[in-house]
Amino acid sequence: MDMLTPVLTDNWGQDRAWTLAAYEKQGGYAAMKKALTPEYGGPDAIIQAVKDSGLRGRGGAGFPTGMKWGFIPQDNPKPKYLVVNADESEPGTCKDIPLMMASPHTLVEGVIISSFAIRANHAFIYVRGEVLHVIRRLQHAVQEAYLAGHLGKDINGTGYDLDIVVHAGAGAYICGEETALLEGLEGRRGQPRLRPPFPAVAGLYASPTVINNTESIASVPSIIANGADWFASMGTEKSKGFGIFSLSGHITKPGQYEAPLGITLRELVDLAGGMRAGHQLKFWTPGGSSTPLLTDEHLDVPLDFEGVAAAGSMLGTRALQLFDETTCVVRAVLRWTEFYKHESCGKCTPCREGTWWLVQTLARLEKGEGSEADLDLLLDQCDNILGRSFCALADGAVSPISSSIKYFRDEYLAHLRHGGCPLDPAASTVFASHGAPA
Amino acid sequence: MTTTPEKTGLVNVTIDGIQISVPKDTLVIRAAEQIGVQVPRFCDHPLLAPVGACRQCLVDIPDAGNGKPIPKPQASCTLPVAEGMVVQTQVTSPVADKAQQGIMEFLLINHPLDCPVCDKGGECPLQNQAMSNGRGETRFDGVKRTFPKPIALSPQVLLDRERCIVCQRCTRFTDEIAGDPFIALIERGAQQQIGVADDAPFLSYFSGNTIQICPVGALTSAEYRFRSRPFDLVSTPSVAEHDSCGAAIRVDHRRGKVMRRLAGNDAEVNEEWISDKDRFAFHYARQPDRLSHPMVREDGELRPASWSEAFAVAARGLRAAGSSAVLTGGRVTAEDAYAYSKFARVALGTNDIDFRARPHSAEEADFLTSFVPLSNEVEYADLETASVVVLAGLEPEDEAASIFLRLRKASKAKTRIVAVAPFTTRGLQKMNGRLIPTVPGEEADALRALADDGETALDAGGVILVGERLAQSHGALTAALELARTTGARLAWVPRRAGDRGAVETGCLPTLLPGGRPVADAGARVDAATAWGTGSLPDTAGRDGNAIIAALAKGQLGGLVIGGVDPRDTSDPAATLAAIDFAQFVVSLELRLTEVAARADVVFPVAPVTDKAGTFITWEGRPRPFEAVLANPASLPDLRILAGIAEELGSPLGFRTPHDVRAEMESMGPWDGARAPLGPVKEKKAGRTKARAFVLSSWKHLLDLGSMQDGDAHLAATARAAVARVNPAAYDALFGMLGEPATATLTGDRGSVTLPVEVGDLPDGVVWVPANSAGRGVLADLASPGSSVTIKGARR
Repeated sequence: MDMLTPVLTDNWGQDRAWTLAAYEKQGGYAAMKKALTPEYGGPDAIIQAVKDSGLRGRGGAGFPTGMKWGFIPQDNPKPKYLVVNADESEPGTCKDIPLMMASPHTLVEGVIISSFAIRANHAFIYVRGEVLHVIRRLQHAVQEAYLAGHLGKDINGTGYDLDIVVHAGAGAYICGEETALLEGLEGRRGQPRLRPPFPAVAGLYASPTVINNTESIASVPSIIANGADWFASMGTEKSKGFGIFSLSGHITKPGQYEAPLGITLRELVDLAGGMRAGHQLKFWTPGGSSTPLLTDEHLDVPLDFEGVAAAGSMLGTRALQLFDETTCVVRAVLRWTEFYKHESCGKCTPCREGTWWLVQTLARLEKGEGSEADLDLLLDQCDNILGRSFCALADGAVSPISSSIKYFRDEYLAHLRHGGCPLDPAASTVFASHGAPA
Repeated sequence: MTTTPEKTGLVNVTIDGIQISVPKDTLVIRAAEQIGVQVPRFCDHPLLAPVGACRQCLVDIPDAGNGKPIPKPQASCTLPVAEGMVVQTQVTSPVADKAQQGIMEFLLINHPLDCPVCDKGGECPLQNQAMSNGRGETRFDGVKRTFPKPIALSPQVLLDRERCIVCQRCTRFTDEIAGDPFIALIERGAQQQIGVADDAPFLSYFSGNTIQICPVGALTSAEYRFRSRPFDLVSTPSVAEHDSCGAAIRVDHRRGKVMRRLAGNDAEVNEEWISDKDRFAFHYARQPDRLSHPMVREDGELRPASWSEAFAVAARGLRAAGSSAVLTGGRVTAEDAYAYSKFARVALGTNDIDFRARPHSAEEADFLTSFVPLSNEVEYADLETASVVVLAGLEPEDEAASIFLRLRKASKAKTRIVAVAPFTTRGLQKMNGRLIPTVPGEEADALRALADDGETALDAGGVILVGERLAQSHGALTAALELARTTGARLAWVPRRAGDRGAVETGCLPTLLPGGRPVADAGARVDAATAWGTGSLPDTAGRDGNAIIAALAKGQLGGLVIGGVDPRDTSDPAATLAAIDFAQFVVSLELRLTEVAARADVVFPVAPVTDKAGTFITWEGRPRPFEAVLANPASLPDLRILAGIAEELGSPLGFRTPHDVRAEMESMGPWDGARAPLGPVKEKKAGRTKARAFVLSSWKHLLDLGSMQDGDAHLAATARAAVARVNPAAYDALFGMLGEPATATLTGDRGSVTLPVEVGDLPDGVVWVPANSAGRGVLADLASPGSSVTIKGARR
């Protein structure tokens, strides 16, 4: 277990870890107090610390957090806003919701420090609407923070004012896209906005806005408490620090594993007790279903931004979905594609119409209908969607398709030869009898 | 006057190997147009904000201007040019070409193959661009998305959702241009569609524009749906005849019948938009009561007559009647108005002529004589550059639709709109305007107060637009002139009807000869007489419209030549009809068998605007000439009929065609001498407002019971409801105990009308009703605007 570096997850096992009392007992809000004292050096010192730490966005794209904060034009007379993207909806991704469930105060403390750094007096936490229990817990934590004087007017006598609004989304994957999130937050239809202007210049209510992932903001208190060097000492050269790796699927002990970036899947699988007994890894997603899937030949790829990119995929949200040899890749990809069709916002043509068509083509292939030419048609559809759409949703939609054809073309063809799926769908289920034949 | 946009630095870009310099911030798609490359597009529209939704206009950017390529194809409709940028469109880039073909294929997978029965087929951007930028054969053999069809967004606009490519042009138009966001995107993904709320139909005065800019056949009008194919139509450019805005239109006709009208594209006037009235209200010319031949009265009955007989009978009757007068409504072309003007002076020897078929005053005649002719201080473009626009006696959305759209556009930039009006209309709200609440009759005081109003801050950068209704308010036109003089703001007069301004320019007034020549000026009279080759012209000012009616009723005038006048529009409809009945001899020039024609002694059918060439002069003073759309020998322009009568009277007018008149007007030219001075304004008669009475305020809705909107039930169904408006205090006092909904019975000196009641921010003691949305109209049924009425409430 040496490879784990529990920081964000460190207190999850404590009794009633989500309460202010429990959080403060293990040193919570000390980083906030440290950051807000004049001795720390003010907002610019915080931004510098986050820059020095090398923290990169934990929502998938990996944009340097400190640099993003530095884009906020401080000569703009409009108010500045911090928006936390807690609309965690990517298939397989389950790191922010457990974090907010187990230790919401880690996020609240991060929001306070981050807002102070960008000189915002209003922060919004946009939580996925379906997770009502998490919303309640977060709301309660915000209320506790207000009562303790950590929020509101003149926080802890520092003269700094901050209000946090916990906003429940209305159930759309697209609202995880930052500009669609802003539209939703403003009460409009959740569809992405034209950029430029970028949110740093004209975001929420046309004001300078920083939008960060939950885990990015939750990492800030530890950077302040332990120093940028401490954070930068973990991870790899260009992907510093730690992150929560969410293992799910055919693994013995699924769950959240907090480790430095650069750890390999082989190491993580070992930590999680190996694959389902008697089975081998067939394919996996490094960061949710919109990252091109990888296979067992990629077990030793370092899981940092550069390493996964070099393997032809993306680190994404570190949502490691593991599938063993009982799983039909065509079937899995069809399910994901149906998800993207359902979640396409409809704004642009390639995503709206393309996902509609992809599902029909894939469904026929899964039933063993069509011909090998349909595979080329499918790839050509993907080519006409990738990079042609308004936002990245459609790019994500084609990732599993093109990557699965790349690695498992034979399995698609086997469907055609077999006149249907050659695999037993029951074998991949959790209730499959032990050692069910592949 | 019109300011040309400053050339703020040019940017050099290379498109398909061709270097071009375009203004900063030009979008790549427009820059490409300048080198003759048409990048296919659907959501893009030059007058709407970029949205980048359809992705059809993808181009390749090998160099973004910084030496680096943009890795993915870019939507050229959202990408501004940058210095040194290199663009490759579908012409030179296989990547861009494939990207466009891919998008086109996606658009078509769910699009029905109903082009052979679709109204858009043959003029469809999707069809055309699928041919130019798409593949010939489909690769999609799956299940297409379908919807029940069609749904009515309004009584006029229908939506076939399966044809829609959700480019959002329609929703963006309603939101950005018209300010009527009744339609919006609903649902998501492949089910995304244009939706409308169950209880809020798409009742916009500008809804038809969405049909025209729809790049597929998703939006159609109930009026035109399935009526014809575009390739069977002949298109003729023309000018809208419904208001003084001079909107460019395109008339599409087939075998002598107008099938539809579309907005023309004139950046200086209406841009690319017209009102639904300009678009759909053209069936009036094909109603069953359209006159097809001249008629003369014999033994009390009108009977058909030949043209030559009718000319002779008309001339004989007018000669026998002694003194005769001319009333011409504001609907005629400038050429026809010129003919009426010359006919009165040369053939009848009188200045008894007035075009004002509406309440009018001597003060207004003074204003029209001295200020309006030849004035062109304000143009459409000036509304956009003005710091503030003051509206008085003018509700642009109802009375001058193109002005409304231009003002709304201006108000979204930096122009402030201030309205001297009785309440905040929806139009004023949409222009984000400020109301100066004004009781009818007190406009003069309100205008005088504006001179020192710091909030309005009217100065030389401002514009004052006065409507024709200001004539009904004592001293208001004079106060507006004074306000313009003291502040330096520019003033323009905005009449309601298309022919009003032309009638002023051609002298259809008792005090004015053509070209701004004042009757009172001997030099001007001689000038006109010389041009016309007559000895002399009558030298005293004639009677105005009200005086003509009074003189006819008293027998002081015997004959009347009347064309295009609806008695219900006049100051006193009953008196007008009575005067026509009493007159010794009446010659009526009409399109249809109207109340006037039915009372006349000789009736001449005149050509509607589609059947003749002519010119409308806009409120700006801009001539808007148009040619005949249809050739119809059965109807002659007014000027030809007047020439025929004049010949029989022995005083030939010297022209027979609109083009003859144009040439004569040209050679006569404008008056370069002194303008008539403004006369003193008479003391206001002490108003006697009855106790507990309300002052009546009124104007016409854009869509109402006007006879030129006859024949399109779908259009009529989109008209705003006839309601009476009072302020909340009056509502509570009158109707509070009744519970909602309540109706009000208004009683004035001409009768009573009963209407539903709504509240508005009106001043105390004021009630507003639409002038012609119920019964025979306010003037005939209730009272004259500005007079007092009483109100009684009842449960609806």
